[in-house]
Amino acid sequence: MAVNLIHLPRILERHGEALLADWIREQLQSRSRTGAIKEGELREQCAEFLRLFREATTKGGVDMTRPEYGPLRELLANVSASRGAQGFSPSETAKFVFSFKRPLFMRLREELMRDPVALADETWAATELLDELGLYTTEVYQKAREAVIVRQQEEMLELSTPVVKLWDGILALPMIGTLDSNRTQVVMETLLEKIVETGSEVAIIDITGVPTVDTLVAQHLMKTVAAARLMGAECIISGIRPAIAQTIVHLAIDLGTVVTKANLADAFKAALDKLGVAQLPGR
Amino acid sequence: MDRIPILRMGEFLLVTIQVDMHDQLALTLQDDLTAQITRTGARGVLIDISSLDVVDSFIGRMLGSIASMARLMNAETVVVGMQPSVAITLVELGLTLHGIRTALNVEKGMALLRAGAARRSRA
Repeated sequence: MAVNLIHLPRILERHGEALLADWIREQLQSRSRTGAIKEGELREQCAEFLRLFREATTKGGVDMTRPEYGPLRELLANVSASRGAQGFSPSETAKFVFSFKRPLFMRLREELMRDPVALADETWAATELLDELGLYTTEVYQKAREAVIVRQQEEMLELSTPVVKLWDGILALPMIGTLDSNRTQVVMETLLEKIVETGSEVAIIDITGVPTVDTLVAQHLMKTVAAARLMGAECIISGIRPAIAQTIVHLAIDLGTVVTKANLADAFKAALDKLGVAQLPGR
Repeated sequence: MDRIPILRMGEFLLVTIQVDMHDQLALTLQDDLTAQITRTGARGVLIDISSLDVVDSFIGRMLGSIASMARLMNAETVVVGMQPSVAITLVELGLTLHGIRTALNVEKGMALLRAGAARRSRA
């Protein structure tokens, strides 16, 4: 695209204040989430955008990949991120840029009334540039969202695998949520490391919070149990709900020699027995 | 070092593997250990692998066969101190070492051997 912006920087220069006022009015009228963003903040963002936009178009032409557009892109990224955090939708975020079109084109028309060709060219170049900038905010918005999702996934992974010490030599691992290969790996590693750290001989894996047990989950469990056994610790699986017991039998899953108990209390008792801890009679 | 030392503690043998196991070393250990069991009339073998970071399927299988050989010669084998990463590797390799007894550390392994010896002498 060979069109260069000749008039635009000049218009921005001359009518900056008026454009800013028009633009802010435009946004205040059209926004659906009234009061979600403070007017002062909006004014600040708009003024900054105008200033950087003017600099960028003066020096960098209409190609927003050029380094002259760096500060402008940064501003848009910040605006997009802060709006995303405030709960704006992607289209509302993009409107920040798109709403600038109307006041800008009005000015262009007034200025270039005598020269239709220049008006058309200038309008076309400006609209393309603004579209790109608007899409850029959407892209940044999307990226910010993805980062949030990835972070939450990691947090969930960490949160969902606590290993607690029940007694001297007894660990418990209450598992919550669906078990996939990724999670089982983390669970296995944390449990085994904790076994070494505490020198525990018995580990209770409680699966009360695991919604379904299929062959894959059973295999993961067996692997964890086998690894713990290799290190010299015994595992007890507890929290086998009636539905899970039925599934295990229907699927003909062989849990082998693993000790299983219906609830954590029974498993704890079995673990104490195994360690030879004397218990008070008549519980 | 081309030989892993085998220490005698009463009626048990203690083997501490502190170097990277390569295949020849493993085979030498197998020879030495069986010879020592006969010579000393040991009733139990304790293999400490707590400083072993890497194992392959050969070493895994070798541990299994040492245990089987020792059992044939009336000695129990206990493997102690396996690192989590090693345990995970062995399980992923499908080597769950059935028939080998395990313990968390040398102390617990010794207790296990003593309990086993006491049980057998009673029987």
